[in-house]
Amino acid sequence: MVRSVGRYTLSIVQALGDFTLFTGHSFGSALGSRKLGRRVLRAMFEQGVRCLPVILIVGIFTGLVLGLQGYYVLNRFGSESLLGTLVSLSIIRELGPVLAALMLVGQAGSALAAELGIQRNSEQIAALETMGISSHAYLVAPRLIAALLVYPMQTALFCTIGLWGGSISGSMLLGLEPGVYWSAVERAVESRDVSECLLKAVTFGLLTVGLCAYHGFNAHRNKSATGARAVSASTTRAVVQSSIIVLAADYVITSFLI
Amino acid sequence: MADAPDRILLKVSDLHKRFGANVVLSGASLTVPRGSLVAVLGRSGSGKSVLLKCLANVVQPDSGVITFDGKELRSDTPSARADFRRRCSFLFQSNALFDSLTALENVALPLEQTTDLKAKEVLERSMEALKQLELDVHSESYPSQLSGGMQKRLALARAIVTQPELVLFDEPTAGLDPLRRNAVFTMIAKYQRQFGFTALIVTHDVPEALLASDRVALLSNGQMGFEGTPEEFASSQDPFVTSFRDSEASLSSQLHSIRRGETIQSKES
Repeated sequence: MVRSVGRYTLSIVQALGDFTLFTGHSFGSALGSRKLGRRVLRAMFEQGVRCLPVILIVGIFTGLVLGLQGYYVLNRFGSESLLGTLVSLSIIRELGPVLAALMLVGQAGSALAAELGIQRNSEQIAALETMGISSHAYLVAPRLIAALLVYPMQTALFCTIGLWGGSISGSMLLGLEPGVYWSAVERAVESRDVSECLLKAVTFGLLTVGLCAYHGFNAHRNKSATGARAVSASTTRAVVQSSIIVLAADYVITSFLI
Repeated sequence: MADAPDRILLKVSDLHKRFGANVVLSGASLTVPRGSLVAVLGRSGSGKSVLLKCLANVVQPDSGVITFDGKELRSDTPSARADFRRRCSFLFQSNALFDSLTALENVALPLEQTTDLKAKEVLERSMEALKQLELDVHSESYPSQLSGGMQKRLALARAIVTQPELVLFDEPTAGLDPLRRNAVFTMIAKYQRQFGFTALIVTHDVPEALLASDRVALLSNGQMGFEGTPEEFASSQDPFVTSFRDSEASLSSQLHSIRRGETIQSKES
């Protein structure tokens, strides 16, 4: 029992070390990479433009639901005027970065893991190495750099749309004065909240894109499956672990910053 | 007669590789003279592709010495490895083409990423390589839109665009019908003469390899069971060489026996 716990703990530590080295090596390899900017732009397009609809849809509905629920709860205490405070702090501090990251994992992260897994299976990654091209620099680094830029932008967009969703619920549907809602938002949100939100977005971007790339890149190391099954297993593991890491990292960051 | 050292481009000595308990290479040695076309033969699963991948640094050998142009390739000699990568290309059995890039982008990739050539020069050289392999009209096609033979030529165009001195071919005719097999061997021999590179081909197509190559090596039980010219291979009396060389005659004899109703003991174990 003790031995198996020890072995399991060691495997987790080893995987963490491996992941850290993978991410560090990918960033390091970007330094001498040719035409990196073009590949970063392409990755930004994949993570940004392609994921925009889902960010907008989830953002607006999150705001709508939060406005609706918040209004009726606050109404019991005669505090509807605080709806803007509730919606803005919930979205900017927690829901915005977390839900945006989860949506990006579901769309861009899974696609990244599957793409790298297929490239590993079809020997495209080995082909890069034989050509003297660093596969970390060519395939992974642009995605990581793009994530550092795109995740905060997508999160900011999510929060803005979410605030509008709250306003639609509170003002247009339930009759709260728009001025009351937006002045509560203005009073509640401090620059510290926005910084925390963006810090979370950057951290989630780095962790989730790094994890998805790590699992796709190492699909061939999967011991329980080979071929297409290894790709699907790696993609599933990438999405599940990324989703868990978002929530865990959110707790850690919040506990330090609160 | 031994090859003079400056005539030898690639030398492999006592290469060992195992995957867990499975020993694949157990002291394989090989000499590849400059400008020659060397064929490495062997049964399926004999370790031919692993040998090639060890040479291309895709797989790390457990021990052994690989010398390229007089310089030993080791993990602690990155400059020698980088020099080897610059002067060597690898043609994968599966072609390993980038399916999200067009034919032109596939060929241009090694030039874009490993040289300081300007975009115009990269384009010119890539188009030239495509033209030489009669693929210039398909420059904007994706690999999935090309036939199997065209994909093979595209992979060769990508391999030769950097003007390598050594091209490693991993079973270039695997899964092809006899006509296409002949066409691929003809293509390799033609371009090997035209571009003057040294070619190392791993295959199990004995007649084609004997016709196309300058030297033949036979991998058996992780070691080279034979190394020499095609003529020496054809006249060798070594039991393993004869069993491999005369496999067609053996098949014919066994089929005759089956038709006559005799019991055949399978050699597969």
